[in-house]
Amino acid sequence: MYRKLVLTLSDFKLKFDQKLCETCPTYDCLVRCQYMNLDKEVAKIEMQKMVRGENSFVLYRCVTCYACEEYCKRGNHPFYLISDLQEKNSILPMPKPLITQWINTGIPTKKDIREFWGAVEPVISLCLFPEYINSIEGKLFEGFSIVVGRYFFCQLAYLHFGRPSIIRERLSSIIENIANHGFQEIVFFHDECYSTFTSYTQAYGIQVPFRSVHLFEYLYGRLRELEDEISPLNVKVAYQRPCSSRLAPEKEHFVDDIFNLIGVERVEREYDRENSLCCGGIIRGQQRYDLFVDVQRRNVVDMVNAEAEYCVFNCPMCFASLSEAVVKRDIKPIMMHELCRLALGEVIKS
Amino acid sequence: MDRVCERLARIVGENYVSNMKEELYIYSQDPGMMEPREPDYVVMPKTTVEVQKIVKLANEEKIPVIPVGGSLSLSGLVIPHKGGIVLDLKRMDKIIEVNERCRYVVIEAGVTTGRLKAYLEKHYPRLRFSIPDAPPSATVVGNIVIHGQGHLSQQYGFNSDMVTGLEVVLPTGEICKIGSCSVSPYWFSLAPLPDIAGLFLGWFGTTGIITKLGLRLYPRKKLRDIEVFIVEDPHLVPDVVYRVTHTEMAEDIFVNAQPYPPIFKDIIMMGICITGDSEEELEFKRRMIWNVLRTYIDSKEGGFMMTTPDVKRALLEMPITGTTRFADVMKGGGFEYCGPIIPVEKYPEAYKKLLELSSEYGVTYGNTCRVIGRGHCMMFAFGYPFNRADPDNMERTKKALHESNVASLDIGGVPWKPEVPAQKMIMARMDKNTLELMKRIKRFLDPNGIMNPGNWEG
Repeated sequence: MYRKLVLTLSDFKLKFDQKLCETCPTYDCLVRCQYMNLDKEVAKIEMQKMVRGENSFVLYRCVTCYACEEYCKRGNHPFYLISDLQEKNSILPMPKPLITQWINTGIPTKKDIREFWGAVEPVISLCLFPEYINSIEGKLFEGFSIVVGRYFFCQLAYLHFGRPSIIRERLSSIIENIANHGFQEIVFFHDECYSTFTSYTQAYGIQVPFRSVHLFEYLYGRLRELEDEISPLNVKVAYQRPCSSRLAPEKEHFVDDIFNLIGVERVEREYDRENSLCCGGIIRGQQRYDLFVDVQRRNVVDMVNAEAEYCVFNCPMCFASLSEAVVKRDIKPIMMHELCRLALGEVIKS
Repeated sequence: MDRVCERLARIVGENYVSNMKEELYIYSQDPGMMEPREPDYVVMPKTTVEVQKIVKLANEEKIPVIPVGGSLSLSGLVIPHKGGIVLDLKRMDKIIEVNERCRYVVIEAGVTTGRLKAYLEKHYPRLRFSIPDAPPSATVVGNIVIHGQGHLSQQYGFNSDMVTGLEVVLPTGEICKIGSCSVSPYWFSLAPLPDIAGLFLGWFGTTGIITKLGLRLYPRKKLRDIEVFIVEDPHLVPDVVYRVTHTEMAEDIFVNAQPYPPIFKDIIMMGICITGDSEEELEFKRRMIWNVLRTYIDSKEGGFMMTTPDVKRALLEMPITGTTRFADVMKGGGFEYCGPIIPVEKYPEAYKKLLELSSEYGVTYGNTCRVIGRGHCMMFAFGYPFNRADPDNMERTKKALHESNVASLDIGGVPWKPEVPAQKMIMARMDKNTLELMKRIKRFLDPNGIMNPGNWEG
């Protein structure tokens, strides 16, 4: 019983309310941008240009950190608009070969498994991060089936490359594949996947026939079940918030909930929560080297000044981008689920 | 045991000579395409004097002698095409001297690249040599004899340009020292004497057997890093190389293209290694390289790849083991490449030809290039893994290799460590007087024609 879910590009219609923008009292989407120093007047002019579908310097200077999606408290979608306009105006946030490379990376190969027929719920999708398979073990993940690979790759990364049409071209087969496994509910290891099947699809009016579970929500629930076995870690941590968490800010409280449960102190620092800085990976990919160096330096110095012992990551790409820099300052990089496993007394394989 | 075997045993001891079928088999082939041929004897000398005695015996018996290191040329250079004695030098594995201040090492012919690397890391952590991307069982001398290249070749040229002295057993049995070591206890350089080292480099053992080697060592910086610049258009590669070499900031520059995995499809990667004793030094070099490529970045034609620590680690390996893994991508135990030395400006033509041949013969490919000198030339590998259990695949690969050699010469390049048929192609195009000079040199040094016959025979 194989269901076909055929979506065409025209099925994707961004729910963007022009009037909300026109009447916005703050233009926080651009005023609060950490990478463009815009006052409210300029922000208003540029935003209105974009609302009309016109060109704007914002489209060239955007680092694609997704933060404006969170800064907009009126439920509009400024970043999705920016991304759509970048493609419409053929503005390349990165050099062409990097875009080609990433587009090719998402195309399934003969080695990719489409059908994990043995997989039963509870199930977790590791997206394109097979290197984490061995870390999905222990009490937190007892009984879990794992699915992984390009047939489960959410494609949302193409927002960074100014190519949202790639997402739309490929998303229906990804949704279809997950649904055809019969999963009612799936935990997403990467919150970019979670945000795709919640925020992005909702913004474009696409129905998703399964329930997406954010990893942190799952971890918190499971840790509550295992509360008696938790040994508080008593360490100070900095949390590196990833871009895709901006698309699901309603799940951010689970970070504090988990930290409280496992006995770690989230250090107070300048670049945290809504004021978080990008890990720098995409900024480097945009070839803005000076900005990349500056952003990483400010971020890490902020962690050092706050006396963080660990830098806790949500996203494997952030981990790859920032871990070397934090290690150089004697801060230990660790993924959130691994930190939780430490609190349960489990040994993490390097 | 036959008579020759007995005589060899008297030189090296019974344990180090064999004419047993199972041992001869090992020396009959390499992982490449050349037809296997068993030797008649295998002998493993321990000293130069033993090598000398074996060569004298071979002259008396008029038996071919094939000096062997790691047997990793892939182009059949030590397959005994006319039988004879394989002279395996692996027991001559002493690291004789490291002169730290003059930065050179003197080693015996059987010392492997892996052993020298480990030795220097342990005892002389401030020194290094130009490690080739061959398996660590390749011998340093073997690599020198074929004009190999390594991770320092962009800075200092072919690995054979780093020779400071040689000890050679001539085909007639004399032991000869070349370079400063011929008049001094020091092995610091070939100059200022007449340079006769060239009589033994690139000749594949047809003019004598190198038993000791003096080799330049270089400063080993504490830190290494890599930037990977990628483009889609092969025509940009020569200029990118020109710009980066102009900065003199790079240690190694390699150029890779391959269809698998998908992240490498349709792009050309240029790995630019940098070294430094401090983060500041690294950062300075990194910025110089970024700045010099800014116009390509601004035009969106090229950019620095987003590399994860894992990818960096893999690319910074010495040797890069990914090369070896790719060699068996067809899971048939076969790999050979035609790796001509070409002018860097000819990269686009060579790349285009590689894609054409891969498509025409239905073979997969891997392309690895290494810049030699400050863009003076580059090694361009038309690399083809193949399945030995699939005769059709082997035949198509053989044709692709042949065509690659022809194309290399057509574009003005010269096949590197060419197999015998490619040697003949080179000689067919060679200046006639040069060819005659080569023949005269060979006749003069090896009057009985016993040294690795089949190679460089016009």
